[in-house]
Amino acid sequence: MADQAHGVGGLTYDKSKRAWPNEINIFMALVIIVLIFELMGQVLPYMNNQSFLFDFNTDRDGTILNIARLKIIILQVSIIGIISLGVTQVIISGGIDLSSGPLVAATAMIVMSFAQTELVNGNPNPKAVFGPWAFDLPVIVPIIVGLCFGAMIGAINGAFIAFTRIPPFIATLGMFLICRGIAQWWTRGQPVSFPTESYAWLGSGMMPVIWFALLAVLCHFLLRYTVYGKHTYAIGSNEDAARMSGINVKRHKILVYMIASMLAAIAAIVLSSKNLTAQSGMGLFYELFAIAMAVIGGISLTGGRGSIIGTVLGAMVFGVIQSGFTYVKLDAYFQLMAMGGIIIGAVVLDQWRQQRAASRS
Amino acid sequence: MSGIELHDMGDIILETRDLTKHYGGVHALEGADFILRKGEHVAIMGDNGAGKSTFVRQITGVEQRTRGEIIFDGKPVHFDGPLDARRAGIEAVFQTLALADHLDVPDNLFLGREKTKWDWLGPFRLLDYKAMRADTLAALEKTGVKIPNINNTIERMSGGQRQCVAIARTASFHSKLTIMDEPTAALGVQETAQVENIIRTLKEQGEPLILISHNMRQVMDLVDRIIVFRRGRIVANLNKSETDGQDVVAYITGAKTQPEYDIEGVT
Ligand SMILES: Nc1ncnc2c1ncn2[C@@H]1O[C@H](COP(=O)(O)OP(=O)(O)OP(=O)(O)O)[C@@H](O)[C@H]1O
Ligand SMILES: [Mg+2]
Repeated sequence: MADQAHGVGGLTYDKSKRAWPNEINIFMALVIIVLIFELMGQVLPYMNNQSFLFDFNTDRDGTILNIARLKIIILQVSIIGIISLGVTQVIISGGIDLSSGPLVAATAMIVMSFAQTELVNGNPNPKAVFGPWAFDLPVIVPIIVGLCFGAMIGAINGAFIAFTRIPPFIATLGMFLICRGIAQWWTRGQPVSFPTESYAWLGSGMMPVIWFALLAVLCHFLLRYTVYGKHTYAIGSNEDAARMSGINVKRHKILVYMIASMLAAIAAIVLSSKNLTAQSGMGLFYELFAIAMAVIGGISLTGGRGSIIGTVLGAMVFGVIQSGFTYVKLDAYFQLMAMGGIIIGAVVLDQWRQQRAASRS
Repeated sequence: MSGIELHDMGDIILETRDLTKHYGGVHALEGADFILRKGEHVAIMGDNGAGKSTFVRQITGVEQRTRGEIIFDGKPVHFDGPLDARRAGIEAVFQTLALADHLDVPDNLFLGREKTKWDWLGPFRLLDYKAMRADTLAALEKTGVKIPNINNTIERMSGGQRQCVAIARTASFHSKLTIMDEPTAALGVQETAQVENIIRTLKEQGEPLILISHNMRQVMDLVDRIIVFRRGRIVANLNKSETDGQDVVAYITGAKTQPEYDIEGVT
């Protein structure tokens, strides 16, 4: 009886037969892709029966699973993954953000300038951007500078999209160029290096994974359990309805873009800390990979549908494919092409799945 | 007009003066003078494109009027948006229903006024899903709609179920004025009867209503007064006791126009 508690007006409803959440499909896709690579390792002649999943030779981790590969996969996707958490929210609200890759570069350049040490191996920092006042600042200073810069860029993106008729695609494309320009202008193309020890800690070892996990949980919570999340879905689903229901759509859009850009700024901090340097060319294709993760994760590009769990799974699929390509020794040039094909395939598959679901119900 | 005289507003809840809306060259609404008294139920009738929904959109702040005055509850009002109108006490079921397809029933019912916990978190305050679901079930019970699972998204619901959700949304919040734009257009016989019951309940509670409907029987059953729109203008203001269906149809089709509304150049 409790299973039928939702029925209104005498209709019964069998809870056990409700539709699968989309996330399960993506998880199954992940498993299938892993198995395909495993099979390729066994079958392809030049692979010498290597295993993708397992590690029979070294027993350092005390487990038969190839933990080293898993770590590399997660580490590889976590920084773009952080960006994709924000992109997910933007796309759910019915928008798109193309500016995140260059924003990573611009933020990293600026933030790194506030995170430099005075002495490198006893010599003055050869890459110093500012004067002595900016050396060895507490780590909170670069973090706050980064978050503020991200929030500012996001607010500009959001304000243009909310208050003008400029489509999000164009507005953030403009910001894409502006941010790349800022990144290059900041030091006239010079890299910024030699951060303080505490700053270097932020992205060291598995720290990027920890940031990704924490932020994923936070974003999942925001989307699922707060008014912010509900309104984000509502605006993406039917902007007019949201407006008529009294949601301040303009203000909300600005907030969504601000959060997305702040997440990109966090990615910039983690990345520059991990690399111990910032360069104006960093973050290449990140905006597209972040969108790809969300798309593989089952988001609807027309808004209103998608989830953080889906995007995290999408990021994992992305990482597994990338790692698998290297594992089967696919040429780097072909990797990019194959990735493009997979992204298109994911969208086609999703549309086909949606149409089928619509015709069934 | 220089200043607005607020005489004899005692029992008037809504008044419009010269309310006009042009969409570029389209004169969708022209010089509407309208009065609604407290507790009164009024129907607006008229052919497709007569300007009925346009009239509603001006009153509810969905659009900004071209000119004219709206006096609500004794004060001239300028709603910047539907939220303003709702805060002032106007609840509306729009013809387009204004539902978010990807959200479920409770989400839609409470869209824009969610029940929340931890309000100090501002925009990030927590949703009280439990309370909203309980209230949703109670509100739907009143409309008599059959919905197998209120946690299904709206996109999977029939037109009538959607309409009932929109009506339940209006009926579950107390208001000074309720506006329903063709609330029963997609409903079955039973659901229509239930919605009419909801309207009767509003009447008993003394809550004023503007009902837009093409259903003559329904209008004759439910309301006190009928306003007829034609080509963006009000052409008749008829007390139900002094009219009948044929008479109303004559005004709708343009066979008749009340003398006080007969402006030159309009047929
Ligand atoms: N946004 C708009 N832009 C231009 N013209 C509009 C717009 N909205 C409505 N109109 C026009 O204004 C006129 C009145 O439309 P309205 O929606 O008020 O009609 P209605 O009386 O509600 O009709 P129905 O019974 O079909 O709902 C129509 O001719 C319509 O085409
Ligand atoms: Mg209409």
